[in-house]
Amino acid sequence: MSNLEDLYREVILDHYRTPRNKGELPPPAVCTEGSNPLCGDEIKIFLDVRDGIVHDVRFSGHGCSISQASASMMTTAVKGKPVDAVRAVAKRFKQMMTIEEDDGSTPADVKLGDIEALQGVVKYPVRIKCAVLGWNTLLEGLATVGA
Amino acid sequence: MLQRQVGGKPIHYLDSANSSHKPNRVIDAMSQFMREGYAPIGRSSYTLASDASNAYEAARAKVARFINAPSPREVVFTKNATESLNLAAQSWGRANLNEGDVAVLTHMEHHANIVPWQMLAAEKGLEIRWVPLTADFQLDLTSLDSLLRGAKVFAFTSMSNVLGTINPVRELCDAAHRAGAIAIVDGCQSVPHMTTDVQAWGADMLAFSSHKMCGPTGVGIFWARESLLDAMPPFLGGGGMISEVRLDGFTCAELPAKFEAGTPPIVEVIGLGAAVDFLSEIGMNEVRRHEIELTNYAYRALKDRYGDDITIHGATNPELRGATFSFAFRGVHPHDVSQVLDQHNVYVRAGHHCAKPLMRLIGANATARASMYLYSNENDVDALVEALDDVSSIF
Repeated sequence: MSNLEDLYREVILDHYRTPRNKGELPPPAVCTEGSNPLCGDEIKIFLDVRDGIVHDVRFSGHGCSISQASASMMTTAVKGKPVDAVRAVAKRFKQMMTIEEDDGSTPADVKLGDIEALQGVVKYPVRIKCAVLGWNTLLEGLATVGA
Repeated sequence: MLQRQVGGKPIHYLDSANSSHKPNRVIDAMSQFMREGYAPIGRSSYTLASDASNAYEAARAKVARFINAPSPREVVFTKNATESLNLAAQSWGRANLNEGDVAVLTHMEHHANIVPWQMLAAEKGLEIRWVPLTADFQLDLTSLDSLLRGAKVFAFTSMSNVLGTINPVRELCDAAHRAGAIAIVDGCQSVPHMTTDVQAWGADMLAFSSHKMCGPTGVGIFWARESLLDAMPPFLGGGGMISEVRLDGFTCAELPAKFEAGTPPIVEVIGLGAAVDFLSEIGMNEVRRHEIELTNYAYRALKDRYGDDITIHGATNPELRGATFSFAFRGVHPHDVSQVLDQHNVYVRAGHHCAKPLMRLIGANATARASMYLYSNENDVDALVEALDDVSSIF
């Protein structure tokens, strides 16, 4: 069972059972939808970005524990942060998920904190797309608001 | 393969609706053919080539007998069942359907029996109608005759790959014919598990795959009545399917070569022939009897242990269903269920099973699916039941 404990760390299960920032934001917040056609997971990210700062963020939708926990942890990590810092965290996260190369452009002081608990997902390649769904949708949302 | 251990523990393969494992005689037949009998077929006249051609045609005859086709000329080998259904739509459909014509499908089809028709509908301006399901996920036949009115084709599955529901193929073929439509059967899920008799069904076309019935991947089967095949234009063009090619055109070869352009999957067809022998010797009634017993056992074991914590979709009567279960467990996402089961070497599939319209009706984005075959046994079911306990301890 040691393998599974690596995947389903307590902090992940905590975010899954009690998701943070779950819900919606009214306009003018921007809503971006993402889905994982292979597993049917669907997610919406609501972003309130003003003056280059992510003032508020919410997510809704449904998916497995990994996709839900990852989205929840993401919202706590990016709320109140400048957009540049959010992009840097997203990049670091995708590097941890091995879907982006570390090209050295992300400063070493960009830390993932609790999100590092998702490291165990890398050992299960089919689950990586679950972990990344919320993040990719967030990045799309940032592009939409032109931030 | 199924004796294999992973992490020092036996494996419990419960994904046979996806693809089946292969008996030694299939593996041996293919390897022996490659070692001792391999040659291209149909073109060359030397002894080895003609022996290989005979072996290939013998496999075709076995498949024809297996589904009780009137003639091996009606059996066409394709790449997979998906290609078989595309052949039906692109060859027969393109030649026979025009703007405003109606094709009827059901809400429990696999994407392979939906998308080819949608592609043709977009091109030709066809109308697609859908046979709905009842509350317990059987086909709702109350309005079938009116749905079929004016239809040219009714294409449906003989057994749902998600629910295991067995459809009344004979009744559906009769209804199609009453309306003047042809009946196309997607037999992927039923042909490996029970007796197939295209003549008793009164079907016009049938598609199924080798890899779900103990044969290798890389070969699918398309059967159609000879009169239909004769009138259909070829699907793929190339070598092997022509009798004459001139600068200003070509003429087609006889059946079934007309539909087998290019070098076919010779080795795989030999393997499929061995799989048909294997299944025929056991007897499809025996396969079916085993699966009914096992389905009954699994249903009772899961319900006794978990009661209302587990929802098994579809019919409860094992006589009305195949040994394929989709289930929901205590609100845990199917990916998480299958991930935990994997730790116990219990292999189930999680996802939408290429049947998204049906998943929408079930009201789930995904289900976990356990599917069994003739080599599955009560140990596999017991392992599933035990492993589910671990799912509830984590989530």
